[in-house]
Amino acid sequence: MSKEPIIVAQGIGKSFGDFKALTDVSLTVHKGERVVVCGPSGSGKSTLIRCFNGLENHDTGHLTIDGAELYEDAPHIRQLRQDVGMVFQQFNLFPHLTVLENLIIGPMKVRKLSRAQAETTARKYLERVRIPEQAEKRPAQLSGGQQQRVAIARALCMEPRVMLFDEPTSSLDPEMIGEVLDVMVELAQTGMTMVVVTHEMGFARKVADKMVFMEVGRIVEISPPETFFTNPASARARMFLDQILEH
Amino acid sequence: MPAANRPLTLKRVLNTPAIAITLYAAIVGLICFVSYTGAQNMGYNWQWYQVPKYLYRFTDDGFQAGEILTGLWATIVLSVSSFALALLLGLGVALLRLSGLLVGKGVAVGYLEFIRNIPLLVLLYLFYYVLGPVFGLDRWTAAMLTLAVFHSALISEIFRAGINSVPVGQWEAAASIGMSRAQAYHYIILPQSIRIMLPPLTGEVVHLIKSSAIVSVIAVAELTTVGRNIISDTYMSFEIWFTVAAVYLVLTLILSFGVSAVERRFQPET
Ligand SMILES: Nc1ncnc2c1ncn2[C@@H]1O[C@H](COP(=O)(O)OP(=O)(O)OP(=O)(O)O)[C@@H](O)[C@H]1O
Ligand SMILES: [Mg+2]
Repeated sequence: MSKEPIIVAQGIGKSFGDFKALTDVSLTVHKGERVVVCGPSGSGKSTLIRCFNGLENHDTGHLTIDGAELYEDAPHIRQLRQDVGMVFQQFNLFPHLTVLENLIIGPMKVRKLSRAQAETTARKYLERVRIPEQAEKRPAQLSGGQQQRVAIARALCMEPRVMLFDEPTSSLDPEMIGEVLDVMVELAQTGMTMVVVTHEMGFARKVADKMVFMEVGRIVEISPPETFFTNPASARARMFLDQILEH
Repeated sequence: MPAANRPLTLKRVLNTPAIAITLYAAIVGLICFVSYTGAQNMGYNWQWYQVPKYLYRFTDDGFQAGEILTGLWATIVLSVSSFALALLLGLGVALLRLSGLLVGKGVAVGYLEFIRNIPLLVLLYLFYYVLGPVFGLDRWTAAMLTLAVFHSALISEIFRAGINSVPVGQWEAAASIGMSRAQAYHYIILPQSIRIMLPPLTGEVVHLIKSSAIVSVIAVAELTTVGRNIISDTYMSFEIWFTVAAVYLVLTLILSFGVSAVERRFQPET
């Protein structure tokens, strides 16, 4: 694996009013690396990965994406977002557009590709997420698992260099979680750099190169999965694991 | 519960079709009767036979629109152009208000409070007697601007509510694929809010058509002015005002039916 860093966060902090959502967070993600972030609710996991594509602006510290420091400037952030795909817990598909239109609107309007080019890419990724036959449907006509796979394909159509996932399976019915995780595992096998917030520990064991455990706005532990799951360095992580593995 | 088993309430009896239609006819008949006898008692001289020629005529050249139809056309043109302008103004004000800029919000709120708190008639006088001479506006332009500005206030609120009804996740998804704010509005947010905005916007068109009658005070030659002119020539106030009212009613009813057809098309398929 190449050791070139793609996301470098150095001591970043973020407050909402008086509330400190992130305190002194440092994390490096290398190209091709798969990082799984976990931790209790409210620990700042979403806030952290939303900083990585500028959906939240960090107040302090430095954040570099692929060598470019992130600063608050609309065109700069827009440029960056083209290279950083994001998948949301609630899918956030565009309900007034068909599946295919959901996939091609970014490449056409933002990357300025022709419709034909955009459609070729879109059909390729629909194939990849195993729903080529749903291209003409509206999101509301699909199951939750299918919608989330469309959302993954939509992000991939922008040909990003990093993919961020914020609890991609948390709002799915249990029987649909597998189909989404399978797609993500395959994506990992293609060598995509991924930062995934999830409590799916089976998935984490399978693909993670690095486990990140957060609590009250801080990173408490960064370990390789072998040690994280068998012998976590922090007592907090151990308690957390005991809790979620019980279920 | 099966219909047959429900107790017979007064409401249900009144809602059976036969009784509802009979009652409706009775009420309308009563209103007509009262106004007719009232007019008789005043010694009013009904001249309904005079009315059709103000609507249309058939001459050697074929169909000719009468004064009332010409006035109706002027009302339609005035309403359409004012409404188009009001939409633009309303959208502008709504976007300013949602821009997140303090200045934008200040300007928008100031504008809204100003428009909301002065009577339409005074606004019309402002445009015609004050801004008119200053900027060289004719009565038609002054009338159009007045209606547009007045209705842009409510329209901007309709836009704002429609835009705010789109979940924030849609903005984030649009942003996450690199869209600018303008692109997100254009491709993602506005198309979704139209469905929500359409019913109140129709209401606003009907409202505008009705309030357009007020421009007759500066003698813009629309439906109401035409009606007044005919009456001052013929003294047929009952016939002409009834006719003018009916024409407004037909216009707004057609519009409402048309729009509910359009609305059905905008319902998302599921
Ligand atoms: N826009 C906001 N305004 C105010 N507070 C916020 C905002 N976004 C997040 N927070 C707060 O910041 C803290 C961290 O939130 P965050 O969503 O990052 O947690 P999380 O680890 O993703 O939790 P969860 O597992 O519930 O998704 C929470 O206490 C939350 O209430
Ligand atoms: Mg979260």
